Amino acid sequence: MLAAHDLSFSAGPTRILDRVSLTAPAGKVTVLIGPNGAGKSTVLKCLTGELQPQKGAVTLADRPLSSIPVSDLALRRAVLPQASALSFPFTVEEVVALGLRASQRRPEQGHIAQAALERVGMTRHARRLYQTLSGGEQQRVHLGRVLTQVWEPMSESGPRYLFLDEPTSSLDIRHQIEVLEIAATYARAGGGVVIVLHDLELAASYAEHLVVMERGRVVAEGDDADEIIGPDLLQSVYGLNADMIAKRWPTMMRS
Amino acid sequence: MALAANDSSTGMIEHRDWRRRMTLPALVALLGLAIVVSIALGASDVALAGAARAIGDALGFDTGATLRDRVILFDIRLPRTVMGLLVGASLAISGALMQGLFRNPLADPALIGVSAGSSLAAVCVIVLAGSLGITVPVWLAPHLLPLAAFCGGLVVTFTLYAIATRSGRTSVATMLLAGIAIAALAMALTGYIVFHSDDTQLRDFTFWNMGSLSGATWARVAGMLPFVAVLLIAIPFLGNGLNALLLGEAEAFHMGFAPERLKRAIVVLTAAATGASVAGAGVIGFVGIVVPHVLRLAVGADNRLLLPACALLGASLLLLADILSRIVVAPAELPIGIITAVLGAPVFLSILLRRRSVIDI
Repeated sequence: MLAAHDLSFSAGPTRILDRVSLTAPAGKVTVLIGPNGAGKSTVLKCLTGELQPQKGAVTLADRPLSSIPVSDLALRRAVLPQASALSFPFTVEEVVALGLRASQRRPEQGHIAQAALERVGMTRHARRLYQTLSGGEQQRVHLGRVLTQVWEPMSESGPRYLFLDEPTSSLDIRHQIEVLEIAATYARAGGGVVIVLHDLELAASYAEHLVVMERGRVVAEGDDADEIIGPDLLQSVYGLNADMIAKRWPTMMRS
Repeated sequence: MALAANDSSTGMIEHRDWRRRMTLPALVALLGLAIVVSIALGASDVALAGAARAIGDALGFDTGATLRDRVILFDIRLPRTVMGLLVGASLAISGALMQGLFRNPLADPALIGVSAGSSLAAVCVIVLAGSLGITVPVWLAPHLLPLAAFCGGLVVTFTLYAIATRSGRTSVATMLLAGIAIAALAMALTGYIVFHSDDTQLRDFTFWNMGSLSGATWARVAGMLPFVAVLLIAIPFLGNGLNALLLGEAEAFHMGFAPERLKRAIVVLTAAATGASVAGAGVIGFVGIVVPHVLRLAVGADNRLLLPACALLGASLLLLADILSRIVVAPAELPIGIITAVLGAPVFLSILLRRRSVIDI
């Protein structure tokens, strides 16, 4: 179980996180939603260990994240950022293989990178230069890289975690679904998955544990996404009025 | 999740092994050839046979080598060749390291002012120590210039990185522009110091600016050796971390590296390499851009292979440039910086033209 306890974080006078507590259970897809500036990406950074909260702590299996060495942490979780820039001529298979080193695997285990490449549907582009790919294809290559890093969802010391920060933003609808299916499969095999999403329909479809954030606070958390994502939430958190909701989600207003 | 991966699908590893197998031996052969030619060529008429006689003589064989053969080989040509190897390897590796640090293939110590900082520090030592009549301990004397050049390079690299990086993102435009400003400032200060210097110091200044291996002595080689040795020893430990850093600092952290420690190590090593080469042979531009660029085209961007390959090709390229500098206007010598600039500037422009969007300001 990954858990955040009373996280607070400020950048100068701006309070970005205000006593945020949440859980991300292993074996479930945890989805973080909320309007722009709600603090989702900052929470994600705290959960991955990238950012130290000024107050509070993140624990992985009851152990503070800050006490786990960086190299050990890399064996327990992998992170797909919103976007990655790479200005050097790596091939697709080389980028994916970078995940092998992160997981401290021997080069002989290159078949794992190959399998991850296949999983994200990029095998036929393996020898292409990363820079020649479209934004969406690049994103899938990086998903292959992070999958390589935490390929087996369960480790000897517990479940591994996959963090995806808006993984669908540059993908077409088919690949959005494929990426979320990969995440769901990972969770079904015992791993933990934490995804930041903007698309509420995708969130409702895939969230097995939903966390809603607004202005640096958690305003709702639970396993029933359909119950949480409703007209009340859209009005109070996203500031939509009834007409906007009715136009965008006609069935939601009727129900 | 399909946990069973295909054990026979190791294509990417085979591919990488093939490149490794081919690249390093080819570069070693090229370097061997460059060394032989570098030793065999010179202003005097002592050619390969004379050099071979002197080597045989040193090994205890009676080869009939004359004193002149021995002096020319061991006191003039060999230190020059060894210095060329060290300087070339240092320049190429520092270029590759700096490009990794800034995540941009256009970074080069000479281009963004690091060499100018090293040069300023070295000129300060030459001029100030001379005019103030400061005496240094004998053991420190050969290392003083490389040490000063290292410190100058270190200050510039840290300053540049601090200026160009905000929230973990390095702005290429800021880096290049700040580098130009720092280089201009360092050169102005160097010029000011030289303005107050005598004729001998003026000649030294010309040497620092244009780059040359003609001042190579065993003492100079010994002075820069510790810095280059540290660099070469560090190479095998840097490849993986540098690869991760190319994706970004956050990504490197996620992949199990401590980015701050890694960056500090790269900054210090880059400054050491640049300082050593500037102290040995002055400011020589473009080797740090050309060598990593050519190698990336040939073998890819994996730093585990790229860094050692840079050492080999950098050494070879500098020796070949030095050979050219000796024969183009023989019996006079061209400063080697002219040769590397003529070879390197078009390569730099070609990278620029292909990657215009990256450096759009």
